[in-house]
Amino acid sequence: MASSYDYDDGSLESRYGRPPSAGHGGASTDLGYDPNFVPDSVKTFVVHLYRHIREKNVYEIHQMYEGSFQRLSDRMFRDNPWPSVEAIAPYVDNDHVFCLLYREMWFRHVYARLSPTGRQRVESWDNYCSLFGVVLHGVVNMQLPNQWLWDMVDEFVYQFQSYCQYRAKLKSKTEEELQLLQQYDQAWNVYGVLNYLQALVEKSAIIEILEREKEGLEQFTATDGYDYEGGTSNVLKMLGYYSMIGLLRVHCLLGDYHTGLKCLAPIDISQQGVYNVVIGSHISTVYHYGFANLMLRRYAEAIREFNKILLYILKFKQYHQKSPQYDQILKKNEQMYALLAICLSLCPQINLVEENVNSQLRDKYNEKMTKMLRYDDEAYAVYDELFTYACPKFITPSAPVLEEPLTNYNQDAYRLQLKLFLYEVKQQQLLSGVRSFLKLYSTISIGKLAAYMEVDEPTLRTILMTYKHKMHAVDSDGKIIPNADLDYYISEDIVHVVESKPIKRYSDYFLRQVLKFEETISELDRIKLD
Amino acid sequence: MGREQQQVSYTVEQLVSVNPYNPDILTDLENYVNEQVSSQTYSLDANLCLLRLYQFEPGRMSIPIVVQILIKALMAMPASDFSLCLFLIPEQVQMEEKFKTLIVLSHYLETARFRQFWDEAAKSRSILEVVPGFEQAIQAYAIHVLSLTYQKVPRPVLAEAINIEGLSLDKFIEHHVANSGWVLEKSHGRSQLIVLPRNEFNHPELQKHTAEGVPFEHVTRIFPMLS
Repeated sequence: MASSYDYDDGSLESRYGRPPSAGHGGASTDLGYDPNFVPDSVKTFVVHLYRHIREKNVYEIHQMYEGSFQRLSDRMFRDNPWPSVEAIAPYVDNDHVFCLLYREMWFRHVYARLSPTGRQRVESWDNYCSLFGVVLHGVVNMQLPNQWLWDMVDEFVYQFQSYCQYRAKLKSKTEEELQLLQQYDQAWNVYGVLNYLQALVEKSAIIEILEREKEGLEQFTATDGYDYEGGTSNVLKMLGYYSMIGLLRVHCLLGDYHTGLKCLAPIDISQQGVYNVVIGSHISTVYHYGFANLMLRRYAEAIREFNKILLYILKFKQYHQKSPQYDQILKKNEQMYALLAICLSLCPQINLVEENVNSQLRDKYNEKMTKMLRYDDEAYAVYDELFTYACPKFITPSAPVLEEPLTNYNQDAYRLQLKLFLYEVKQQQLLSGVRSFLKLYSTISIGKLAAYMEVDEPTLRTILMTYKHKMHAVDSDGKIIPNADLDYYISEDIVHVVESKPIKRYSDYFLRQVLKFEETISELDRIKLD
Repeated sequence: MGREQQQVSYTVEQLVSVNPYNPDILTDLENYVNEQVSSQTYSLDANLCLLRLYQFEPGRMSIPIVVQILIKALMAMPASDFSLCLFLIPEQVQMEEKFKTLIVLSHYLETARFRQFWDEAAKSRSILEVVPGFEQAIQAYAIHVLSLTYQKVPRPVLAEAINIEGLSLDKFIEHHVANSGWVLEKSHGRSQLIVLPRNEFNHPELQKHTAEGVPFEHVTRIFPMLS
């Protein structure tokens, strides 16, 4: 293992030239298993996978990646890592790109089923640097399944988040672990992570591709990013695409919601797109988009998107029961219901929520939503609980201070976001009172309303203005967008109430159906009966 | 001199969009904040970028610069820029006196408590006067909120919101009658009424039902089938 650590890598060979016994697979020498033993099934696995990748047989690669890898992991590697990369390298001609891919899967397995050590975390960072380095240099000509490429970016961000949490818990660290943190202080540093994602976005020119596609000059979404005819590599393009979602995610973890949404902007999530294709990417995109909008007070937008995805999951989750992502899908599903409950309590736009989603929501959160509308201490406790359950795992990106006294500060970032969120909730305290009264009237004088609400007139005026301000968010273009279902205006001393009617989007529905039927018809045309 | 300044800000904006995750641009961004203050311009993206860099390297954080950023963000209301900035500032830092004052001011503005706001602002003049244009910006925000809420606003309410009274208020109203479409009316014998310009928020009948419109791009997707 190189002792001086720089992530703009030197030669790749140096990383695999070391003897297999040199600390690979764990800092401790007592591993309890032999990393060099390669069972026959693994031999077959890597040989076939290598061949499929060389032959660009995306379908087979996907089958092996999703199916065989999981099955073998279940059967043989429940408590142990897979064989080391040095052990399998001879079976795949020591192909260094394949070895990088194998190692990526190797580390992902360790994170998913076992508990990675500090050293393994650092080595995984090393591997990602090499892998992305190779991709960014444009020397890759494989076609890989989108699922795999998404998992790479997703896992990259996840391991970053995990490392930030890990290194922020200093109290229980051993001397050795602290040493490691100090020595490899470049590993998973936030600049590196962000710059890799940014580099993938730029080098792949994905934003230009999406722009050209809008003008009909490029086929991207239609082929899910693959190149069926030319066979050119989809790896850089798709990694660039998924990195936009990765950047949204990292910015949410940092608390920078505005920039996160900007990173996602080239993807139009009101339409179908490549982000839909892999369910993991679809869910992650909408979850973070919705959460960012919630923190930006664009409640109506958040509700709309949560509604769409929750409906989708309701309809289609049965098809993913066997997939390894099923647990994650369910977890995110529950979190988004919690976020939806929060949004609807702050901005009751129930007409934006589809029937089935609404009934699920009521099943899970009816009692809590009633409590949240009350705006007393119990309400804040519920907001706190739901926010804590559903929020991303915020991180402190700065390097740890490795001096006494050692503290655990992994909760700091989360506590700040929670505090600011509850502060916002508190500011909206009296608004639900206004809402419930105004629902009963078409006009009412300020004096009378003040009496009912047991406040004086000037206070009532401020409350009425607050409602207007809070319910009209400013979107990214500086336009004012109304969020509320209940609106009013004041003429001198009289409040005139206007209730907006629910909007039925016929045109959208027709457009979607036209496209769907056209697709069906062209598919039918393609079937040759002989 | 003016053109040189123009060129610097162009470069900073480019830096922020092309290479934002780079500790070397920190000083440029700090200078840009000072420039925004002196030339009464504003860039949310550049300021968020700087706050992020401070987050990555807390040792390099400059409190005066952050104070300036927050004041600029307050001036950007009704946009929620102030909270966006707070999300990026560590809790301990927010405990400083100056920040606490700014947070209180923001709270008053968010809850339309204009009288309390102007009282507090007067007490905190020393913090706020570093940024020119503050008063006008808040007055613009106050008028915005009034325009959302009122078709006809009584004079005392307006006066409290923008912190102007007497002859100055007369002049202010005159100016807006001439330039912004305000109209003066007499209410039932008491004070003046200011009729604010019609917009879709205080005149709901003007609300364009944008949801019924369809963006052109969506329709273009079915063009191939129509031909």
